[in-house]
Amino acid sequence: MTAEQNVLSLTNIHKAFGGVVAIQDFSLDLKAGEVVALVGDNGAGKSTLIKIVSGVYTPTSGSIELDGEEASFSDASSARSNGIEVVYQDLALADQQPVFMNMFLGRELTKPPFGLLDKDRMRRESQELVDELDVRIPSASSTISQLSGGQRQGIAIARATHWASKLILLDEPTAALGVAETARVEDLIENLKKKNLAILIISHSLDQVFRLSDRICVLRRGQQIGIRETAKTDKNKIVSMITGVA
Amino acid sequence: MTRVTSRLNGLDFQQAVVYFGFLAIFLFFAVTLYDDGFLTQRNLTNIVLQTAPATIMAVGLVFALSAGEIDLSFGSIVAVSALSCAVILQDYPLPLGVAVGLGVGMGIGAFNGVLIAYLKLPSFLVTLATMGLFAGIARSMTDLRSIPVMNDTFTGIFGSGKLFSVPSLVIWTVIGVAVGHLIYRHTRFGAHVLATGDNPRAAQVSGIKVPRVRLYVMMICGGCAGLAGLLYAGRLQAAKYTLGESDLMTVIAAVIVGGTALNGGKGSVIGALLGSLLMGMLNNGLILMNLKVSDQMIVRGLIILVAVALSLRDSNR
Repeated sequence: MTAEQNVLSLTNIHKAFGGVVAIQDFSLDLKAGEVVALVGDNGAGKSTLIKIVSGVYTPTSGSIELDGEEASFSDASSARSNGIEVVYQDLALADQQPVFMNMFLGRELTKPPFGLLDKDRMRRESQELVDELDVRIPSASSTISQLSGGQRQGIAIARATHWASKLILLDEPTAALGVAETARVEDLIENLKKKNLAILIISHSLDQVFRLSDRICVLRRGQQIGIRETAKTDKNKIVSMITGVA
Repeated sequence: MTRVTSRLNGLDFQQAVVYFGFLAIFLFFAVTLYDDGFLTQRNLTNIVLQTAPATIMAVGLVFALSAGEIDLSFGSIVAVSALSCAVILQDYPLPLGVAVGLGVGMGIGAFNGVLIAYLKLPSFLVTLATMGLFAGIARSMTDLRSIPVMNDTFTGIFGSGKLFSVPSLVIWTVIGVAVGHLIYRHTRFGAHVLATGDNPRAAQVSGIKVPRVRLYVMMICGGCAGLAGLLYAGRLQAAKYTLGESDLMTVIAAVIVGGTALNGGKGSVIGALLGSLLMGMLNNGLILMNLKVSDQMIVRGLIILVAVALSLRDSNR
């Protein structure tokens, strides 16, 4: 391998639910600062793969390495504590809570001596974070339900950025968004590359995939069809890989 | 400054209803019932004393509702806790009686909670069933007899006593609301309760132990009902199976009017206090107006309907 170490190495990952094979012999390496897109038709196994990496599912066989070390996650919390964050398509945000509480959901900051919530600090740090990523929201105290879909996804991505030290998984982050909002979120993802995080993104939009990714990995019915460098391929080739029609 | 304005923006109509409603009803009775002594210090203190158990129950219910659950059984828990405590106090010292009273409340809450959190049964149905179950147990415990509470220390602490000339029931109300508010607004647990009621999946993927939160809110609700039972037993110097029986509607109405969402994710302990006082004021005022019991029920029902409608106004966008 190169001198640059892989952030994530998946080797011969296999996942079966009972007799149904969802993922067959999947291998992929991800480097820091790299965006890899996972494409394929519905049911190809993209979401299953994301769930394996994020600790929701354990693979039937195969190995996951993080920074060159064998990792096995018993649940989503342990993947999270290893620096892996997921941004879901349906936005895992609590709508009636303010932005800053969502930013720190499950990891709220407290202050001594009584261990009460440090709302001021959470508000301040959230504000800094959304400013840094240029997520335009009225304030860190706004309630999520007052925000647009794009702003919400911005918050979800900002949250993932804040907590991820290694890897961010994006599961169709713009599926629910309009054109302008999608563009905003894509800008955000571009920004994440500069933070030297590895990014794995699922998307149904090939235009988006070609705009954002460094490499494209194609899945079809649980099988890994191939990995291509985005700069050295074109849409027609990827489409024929996805559909299996030459 | 930005914080002030953002707070003002955050002050929404649902939360404000209880403040305006409280003031409106207070002013209405103050004017119309002035000659009947509504405004006397004694009458106003009485309202607070009479609502103390309901307020404590309301604090517990805020937690359950905010987590997306409901407790219909707290009225029955009040009776079972009060009776257990009274029975113990006949032969044993005060601390044991108090511990048993509170323990029974939290225990029944835990029973509800395990069924809801770990067997994943809907809280509405679970507590509907346990409401009947424990109402029956309360009746059979003492064969419908009422148990007198002779322990003067107990009736002082939980009923008629005073500390620095402040009635103990007022102190319990203040402590219950203050502690409840602190936990609800300023602890991680409170934040987890709100997140669980708001979006259980988001809470789950954020590492919050959702089932444990559900268990704990039911235990809090049961514990508060247990304390309410002690307050009833202290004030009436007796425990009976009827205690708490008629509080279900009043307490739910108080909590909803106080700005707590029926489907979770949002609420206010202070609002619940005001809601509870509002219900107490209503009771008191309608009695002073010399309305027949049947008319009182009708007027109270209508006012609750209006208040609940107002406080839920924009929640079904």
